[in-house]
Amino acid sequence: MLDPAGPAAREIATLWWIMLGGSFAILVFVTILLALSFRPDRRQHDDVRMERTWIVGLGLGFSVAVLAALLSYGVATGARLTAPSETPVQVTAKATLAGWTFGYDARDDTEDVLHIPARRDVEVAITTGDIIHSFWVPRLAGKIDAIPGHVNRLRIEADTPGVYQGRSAEYSGPGYLDLRFTVQAHDADGWQEFLRGETE
Amino acid sequence: MNALQRHRKLDAIWASDKGFRGWFNTVSHTDLGRMFLVTAFFYFGVAGVLSMLIRAQLATPHSAWASEEVYAQLFTMHGTIMMFLFAIPAIEGMAVYLIPKMLGTRDLAYPRLTAYGYWCYAFGGAMMLASLVLGLAPDGGWFMYPPLTGGIHSPGINTDFWLIGITFVEISAICAAVELCVSILKFRAPGMSLDKMPIFGWYILVTSLMILTGFPPLILGSILLELERAFGLPFFQAELGGDSLLWQHLFWLFGHPEVYIIFLPAAGILSTLIPVMARTTLLGYGWIVASVVALAFLSFGLWVHHMFTTGIPHMGVAFFSAASTLVAVPTAVQLFAWIGTMWKGRPELHMPMLHILGFFITFVIGGLTGVMVAIVPFDWQVHDTAFITAHLHYVLFGGFVFPILAGLYYWLPLVTGRKRFFKLGETAFVLIFTGFHGTFLAMHVLGLLGQRRRIHTYDVDAGWTAINLTASVFSFIMAIGLALVLIDIIIHLFIAVRGARSPWGAGTLEWATMSPPPSYNFASLPHVTSRAPYTDNPTLPDEMARGLGYLSDPQEGRRETLMIDVTSGTPEAVVVYPANTFLPIKMAAVTGVFFLSLLLKVYWITPLAVIGVAALAWRWAWQLGARNDAGPQPVGRDMYLPLSSETAKSQGWWGSAFLLVANATFFGSLLFGYAFLWTIAPGWPPPVWLDLWLPELAFGIAAALAAPILIRMTCARVAGGQAAAAPCTMALVAVVVLAVCLASLMLRTPDPSMHAYGATLLVLGGYGFFHAAVTGVMLGFLRARIAKGHTSQARRAEPAIVRLWVDYTAAVGILCLTIAHLPALLT
Ligand code: HEM
Ligand SMILES: [Cu+2]
Repeated sequence: MLDPAGPAAREIATLWWIMLGGSFAILVFVTILLALSFRPDRRQHDDVRMERTWIVGLGLGFSVAVLAALLSYGVATGARLTAPSETPVQVTAKATLAGWTFGYDARDDTEDVLHIPARRDVEVAITTGDIIHSFWVPRLAGKIDAIPGHVNRLRIEADTPGVYQGRSAEYSGPGYLDLRFTVQAHDADGWQEFLRGETE
Repeated sequence: MNALQRHRKLDAIWASDKGFRGWFNTVSHTDLGRMFLVTAFFYFGVAGVLSMLIRAQLATPHSAWASEEVYAQLFTMHGTIMMFLFAIPAIEGMAVYLIPKMLGTRDLAYPRLTAYGYWCYAFGGAMMLASLVLGLAPDGGWFMYPPLTGGIHSPGINTDFWLIGITFVEISAICAAVELCVSILKFRAPGMSLDKMPIFGWYILVTSLMILTGFPPLILGSILLELERAFGLPFFQAELGGDSLLWQHLFWLFGHPEVYIIFLPAAGILSTLIPVMARTTLLGYGWIVASVVALAFLSFGLWVHHMFTTGIPHMGVAFFSAASTLVAVPTAVQLFAWIGTMWKGRPELHMPMLHILGFFITFVIGGLTGVMVAIVPFDWQVHDTAFITAHLHYVLFGGFVFPILAGLYYWLPLVTGRKRFFKLGETAFVLIFTGFHGTFLAMHVLGLLGQRRRIHTYDVDAGWTAINLTASVFSFIMAIGLALVLIDIIIHLFIAVRGARSPWGAGTLEWATMSPPPSYNFASLPHVTSRAPYTDNPTLPDEMARGLGYLSDPQEGRRETLMIDVTSGTPEAVVVYPANTFLPIKMAAVTGVFFLSLLLKVYWITPLAVIGVAALAWRWAWQLGARNDAGPQPVGRDMYLPLSSETAKSQGWWGSAFLLVANATFFGSLLFGYAFLWTIAPGWPPPVWLDLWLPELAFGIAAALAAPILIRMTCARVAGGQAAAAPCTMALVAVVVLAVCLASLMLRTPDPSMHAYGATLLVLGGYGFFHAAVTGVMLGFLRARIAKGHTSQARRAEPAIVRLWVDYTAAVGILCLTIAHLPALLT
């Protein structure tokens, strides 16, 4: 996740570094306030004024400002990541306790390896054959669950051709550890070859 | 009577039995609070050992310590025990012990119910422990998602242990919550208006209300899942019109408020301790009360943030994301109010203060990572990884364990009357603090590197070995620290020297009596005029011991206290408590037989157990009340008050009202489930709807309309001193007719094992039928009381209680029948 290889994962990684920085600053700020409360020399304050600074100022004002900023950034990112694109490549993914099956418009299914074209928007339609699983390729995007009777969609995109590790990320009983799959991102030629059934 | 004579006389009335007997028949909140706490910390130890096994397993790659199956039991039971057998009961224990003492009264509203709750917890906990010892422990993770936990994928008894054991334990939470609500609102010291109540009382009041509205969805979910497992009713099976997402909604509808149910009492401890430790008063009392109430409301609107990866539409997700960040605001208000309080006063680094500082650092980090995961895209990445595990421990350990340790060190001198002399606690704190952060900071990193939660091992080439080992080593340092706390406390209990009264100079009433506190708490009840009565009047303990307050002269060996007006605190009535009795433990044991028969699937015992509980409940209620009017009682200070049984609203009325709040939440959750399945689940509409059958609908509704009118006539006749038997009997008949109509509905539902529609209808009818049955028994009871002369113009409290239940049952009956017939009426 910290080593993103696609636009979605990259946006989320950026989000993380920003939040980490902000959080660290807030933590330091609170720690300093705490430390200062132990300093010996102090004049007597009156409650009304203190309530205004501490509760209205810091408790309400400060927190609302920080949260509002973060929230709007987060919602905007989320909207971008789920916004429909014009012509995504459509693939399907079906999870079972025995492994993942991936389906394509133009050719036969593949087992445990998802083939996608690199640098193209790919929409994965995810469901399950038995219990709840979750589709997760950390270097490409966040995860989404595979739920009985429902189909969920996730958009992924890889910057470069290559192999990316994926895994189920919802506990599913014995065998959970080994519920993994790989994502094979092809360049344009490789993708056409794959669709013609020349790659396995 | 001098102070010593008064002490002897009161103690003879209030004391628990000596020796072993006293353990099982005590109804004293002091005893039961301690028993709750000791049992809860025992389970903290058990779950702690499990977590050490988890960390030992994860310390190195490909460790062969625990197999995959055992590991699943380890993390499931660690989480389950920590949440249900440690955190919640520890809170109950604290509140049960402290609330009456802080509020200046002699016991909680229903002493026998406290005991019943404790024994349900003890027996239910033992059931869970047995599963662990037998190697049959639940293994589906602490939130038990079906279909994994459904009958097809987990056929073993493991999951049943969870569903049945936890439901059993939850009875104790509901009992405690009802009782704390009523105690806080009606059983404070005279003069203690709501705005003079110690801040801890507010926190516990709000927490109790949250338990009443937060636990029912989980209880409903557990019942539905157990029905699916045992009888094949497909609530969570997508092929048959069910939906596994319904479980997630019901679980998190409970699970998120649960986090605040755990955090708020801990925050209450902090709001109590910080001003004392800083030798000042709390900054922003009103603001804090407001933010606690706001937190409670907001926390019910957040549950979906545990389901951000389930494919909920973006707008819905954005709404819940906003709500989840918003909830940080009232928390920030409290946080800054506490720091402001420290600035206002002069904080001293006593033992409790160390844990308070530990709380601040840990909880702030946990809160910040909490805001991070409330931001949806980030959650898509870290959901179900070690990052979440780390975050939840920062919140739970920071927000609960540190405060409760602070509270423990603060109130121990009160409980034991001693003071610490070894300085073990300081060393322990340093070990716990470093151990904790070493463990869980590391786990954040593991999550970011992609380590999923709940995996039992990992490959060498994942590159996680060093970090995992670090986390494990630090977790053992923390364990040593926690063990030292235990040793420190044991030493304190048995060999420390006697300490002075009120060592911290606090202003609340729990310190204004002897320590350890006497069986009756206060020799006479004080008249409170400020938020810090003890600070304002340092001679208060003496005055109370000399009998200058209320109820200093116990009448006829009765255990008595006062009931007050909710807001102003004006005394209203005298409450007479029942004395020591084995009834609660017996009733809990029979309740246990009920749950055990379900667990072991010996269903012929189940109805016998139900009858047993009903019979004991009958005796329970029959023991109260009198056959003569007592008239106004002298309560001291030249005041005369009626007994609570001779008022219009006794404590039983208040308790019923709060229990019905929980009950209505349960019913609401059921209706939510029905609506959810109908609109969201695949496989609807069902193949057949229920047929319309007019007699059932018409007679049912007519009976449901008649019953409230008839019970009102009964009440009016009792209050007017007329014969009330006839309308009471007729009300009973009406309720029986309603029960028959609901039973007919249950029999007519389309095959409940074929589609979730039939299954839901069956549960709906069953809920209505159960209430008609319970209310029928109550009316029968009332009828018997009228016949035996237990009611009179003055003794009018009992019919009023039954009226509440009749009204509720009538409403439920009408709703059930209408909702069931609606599809047929519309088509
Ligand atoms: C005493 C120190 C503690 C340690 C070392 C510890 C350690 C752990 C670890 C390593 C896990 C992750 C298991 C996994 O995902 O494979 C875990 C899970 C969990 N812990 Fe703790 N924990 C501690 C205290 C607590 C406390 C005080 C609470 C709550 C009050 C708690 C509640 C939970 C819960 C709810 C889970 C999730 C279980 C699940 O995934 O089903 N823990 N703990
Ligand atoms: Cu939550």
